[in-house]
Amino acid sequence: MSHYGWITTTLILLPIGGAIVFWTVPLPKAWTASGAVLVSFVEIAFWIDAIFRFDFSRSGLQLSNRVSWFDDLGVSYHVGFYEGFTVWLVGLTVVVMAAAMAYAWWAGRDRARGYYGMMLFLLGAIVGVFTSQDLLCFYVAWEAMLIPLYVLIGVWGGPNRVNATLKFVIYTMVGSLLMLASIIVYGLQQGTFSMLSGGQSTSDWVFLGFAAAFVVKAPLFPFHAWLPDAYRESSAEVSAVLSGVISKAAAFGFLRIAFSLFPGPAHDFETPILVLAAIGLAYGSILAFRAPDFRGVVAYSSLAQLGLIMFGLFAFNESGVNGAVLQMVNHGLISATLFLLAGAIERRATTGDFARLGGMARGRPALATVLMATGIIGLAVPGSTAFAGEFLILNGVFRQGWLYAVVGAVAIVLAAMYMLRLISAVLHERSGPATEGALDLRPAELSILVPLVGLLLFLSAWPASITHRVFAASGPAQQTAIAVDRK
Amino acid sequence: MIAAIARPPIDWPDLSPELVLLGTSAICLLVAVLVPRALRQASAFVVSLGGFAGAFVAAAVLYSHTHEGAGVIADAIRRDRFGALAAVIVAGAGFLSTLVLWSEPRRGLARNHVAEEFALLLAAAGGMVFLAQANNLLTLFLGLEWFSISLYILCAVNVEKVGSLEAGLKYLIVGSFGSAVLLFGSALVYGATGELGFPQIAQAVATQGLTHDVLLLFGLAMIIAGLGFKSSAAPFHMWTPDVYEGAPTSVTAFMAAATKVAALVLTLRVMFTAFPEEQRLWTVALAVIVCISLAIGNLAALVQRSVKRILAYSSVSHAGFMLIAVASNNALGGRALLYYLIPYAAMSVGSFAVVAARERELRAEVTLDNLAGMGWERPFFGIAMWTFMLGFAGLPPTGGFVGKFYVFSAAYDRGWIWLVIVGLVATAVSLYYYLGIIRSLYMRPAAAVLAVAGGQPPREWALQLGVSGALAVTVGSFFGVQPLIDLARHAFVQLPL
Repeated sequence: MSHYGWITTTLILLPIGGAIVFWTVPLPKAWTASGAVLVSFVEIAFWIDAIFRFDFSRSGLQLSNRVSWFDDLGVSYHVGFYEGFTVWLVGLTVVVMAAAMAYAWWAGRDRARGYYGMMLFLLGAIVGVFTSQDLLCFYVAWEAMLIPLYVLIGVWGGPNRVNATLKFVIYTMVGSLLMLASIIVYGLQQGTFSMLSGGQSTSDWVFLGFAAAFVVKAPLFPFHAWLPDAYRESSAEVSAVLSGVISKAAAFGFLRIAFSLFPGPAHDFETPILVLAAIGLAYGSILAFRAPDFRGVVAYSSLAQLGLIMFGLFAFNESGVNGAVLQMVNHGLISATLFLLAGAIERRATTGDFARLGGMARGRPALATVLMATGIIGLAVPGSTAFAGEFLILNGVFRQGWLYAVVGAVAIVLAAMYMLRLISAVLHERSGPATEGALDLRPAELSILVPLVGLLLFLSAWPASITHRVFAASGPAQQTAIAVDRK
Repeated sequence: MIAAIARPPIDWPDLSPELVLLGTSAICLLVAVLVPRALRQASAFVVSLGGFAGAFVAAAVLYSHTHEGAGVIADAIRRDRFGALAAVIVAGAGFLSTLVLWSEPRRGLARNHVAEEFALLLAAAGGMVFLAQANNLLTLFLGLEWFSISLYILCAVNVEKVGSLEAGLKYLIVGSFGSAVLLFGSALVYGATGELGFPQIAQAVATQGLTHDVLLLFGLAMIIAGLGFKSSAAPFHMWTPDVYEGAPTSVTAFMAAATKVAALVLTLRVMFTAFPEEQRLWTVALAVIVCISLAIGNLAALVQRSVKRILAYSSVSHAGFMLIAVASNNALGGRALLYYLIPYAAMSVGSFAVVAARERELRAEVTLDNLAGMGWERPFFGIAMWTFMLGFAGLPPTGGFVGKFYVFSAAYDRGWIWLVIVGLVATAVSLYYYLGIIRSLYMRPAAAVLAVAGGQPPREWALQLGVSGALAVTVGSFFGVQPLIDLARHAFVQLPL
């Protein structure tokens, strides 16, 4: 156990403990909601503490904590921050979850104790996914993520929620059961389930088991059939978490597990995955351009952006991976903001259909400004953080084949098209029938959205805060699938 | 000439769990005639709780004081930790089931004979413990019939309930058929080897070169079939859904949990100790049974509406999952089975207890439709049922997850990756109906308002206590894997292999 390992454990157990308290103690609704938001803020504070204690120049695992779970198969509860990218993904998680819970507090959710308990449990599970250093521990956290999501969509979702959850759960469970098979095979072959002490495997089948779970969760084309339903039927803040954070867990899985434990097979499957990512990128962008509603645009753009992130990861070089990690954070913040905005607009207009929206910029300056700022950053205007991320990704993937870079560049044009269409359909054009009398964003909503946009602006000014702190200068990165092309 | 019969020395503590259960069962019978009617239910309940607690302690003491397995009482039963651990699980399941049985609604005749129900429950558990310790084919059959006959009566005990008698009769006929098959198989094995004791059979097969003996193989096949009836593995499961549905729910809770423990533990013991020479055959045979059980159990459960029937088919599929551990024929499999049985028994008792609770407040059969909204109306039962369903589906944070993980690891360890894949596919299918129950609990609008006359439904503290206990074991076995696996490991090594 290293110094300050308790921070990681606290980051996992604090929200789960909070969840148990809210489930068992019959507090009034307002107290529950405020308490949950408070816990999520404390969580952010612990994360900030972790940044200061994390040494970005040192490679390998830090802030780790290990307790043996059962020793005959070599399984332990082992958590910690592995390389800088973990820090940023955990940060994305705590920030987006705090924003989501604050939004739910503002929007008001019935059955508050169940709701906030589930959200907190989800928070703990996601942090567990990002920090697990043992494969079984990772799997437990991965499945633990699914349980609250199932309930959050199934109970508090839209009218078609039951079908949406069914599709979502069946898809993701098939993926994760294949991963379980791979974990068993890998663990028994290596004699340990530890990601650190276990050796590298050359088995394509075992790699594919992991890949199955990740491509479904991301999702990558053609495993995305659950995505539009789940994103549309969830409440706005759950969609924000799904698209902002959960999809990143899949990309993280490739980066942390597939690359470091299966470098050979990852290279073997580079071309198929890059091709699928390219199709997803183009197809998702086109669907986003054609989508008839706010959430549809963001949902399909999520599919496209995940394709882009996979481009960066499977470029297998420093530029691509750094760009991918930056883009994970960017997209997490952008899509979370957009989904929360979608929720805000749906509350006012009772619909997200473009046919019934329009003209909302007039007399609603705050809404217009926030949506415009997020949209502009999202379409990767030069100078924005998304531009930095996409540039690094394209630079990286160009070295794998110029055609990928071309697809990527075209997709960025498409991104501009769907984002501008979204902005104009909501803010400009003729005033829609559903927007009459809709209020501007309230201060409470602004206090949630402005910090998210502020973070995006901060990253736009200083993208290197992340890209220079993805991997330590020396260390195990070289042993993974990433051929680090450092000078 | 009684003196001419050489009686074997009997070390009574070896039988202490059975003796405690039988003794308290006898006390319950006395309660039935000596105690005034008003106090009968309460006193029988207390005696029964005491009996199961006593058996639990006795089995635990037996476990801790047995440092080496040995055949005792003329080698008829075997004193080892393997049997003792099974006894602990059976006693625990019996304790929880007693809590559920306490407030089972009774009318008419059943009301007067409530003490007999507890007596039969204790007797059945005694038979199961005896079965788990059996070391030859005769004690095997004796134990099997002992608990089966008790259960036949228990199934039919609620004469007021439509279907209860039918369930008892069905179980009696099919169960007797299973017993007959097992007995016939035993006779064939005895005919082939001239031995009754498990280790002696193994020895005879090895020394006399009987591995390809037709008589022996037929006998083995029939023993597997007979045990399959008891553990309700497909294709010997036909009675399961009807009996589970018709029997009083508290009895079903006990049957689902404890019978499976006894039958599967014994299956492992017989296969490992009596037929090691035939392992190339029975491992494959069991693997085939696994596949059929998983297929039938899971697919049939998909189309059921009655929650008890869903759980019955789920128990068929779980027989399949646990037989994977036996079919793996390795130490990991032995540990996997013993571990898996702990959360499984708790989840079975717990889930049927929740069904019983719903049944009692609705006074109707529980279906997916009238389960709707229960999660919000009865938050504790809702959360508990939810946890049990996650456990059956093999999701964390429940022992069901670790159990499945161990079982699949055992199959992989044997080199049967295909069996792992079959198991995973079955798990994926099973999610649909387990989540279907959760969906009913939480995501559907309540079908009808259940305004029970006089406000609140009866407060069933015993039932809630039982569910809490099951919940604690289900979740606790996830976190406390190490101690439980250590128990299982020490139990398994005492099998004479």
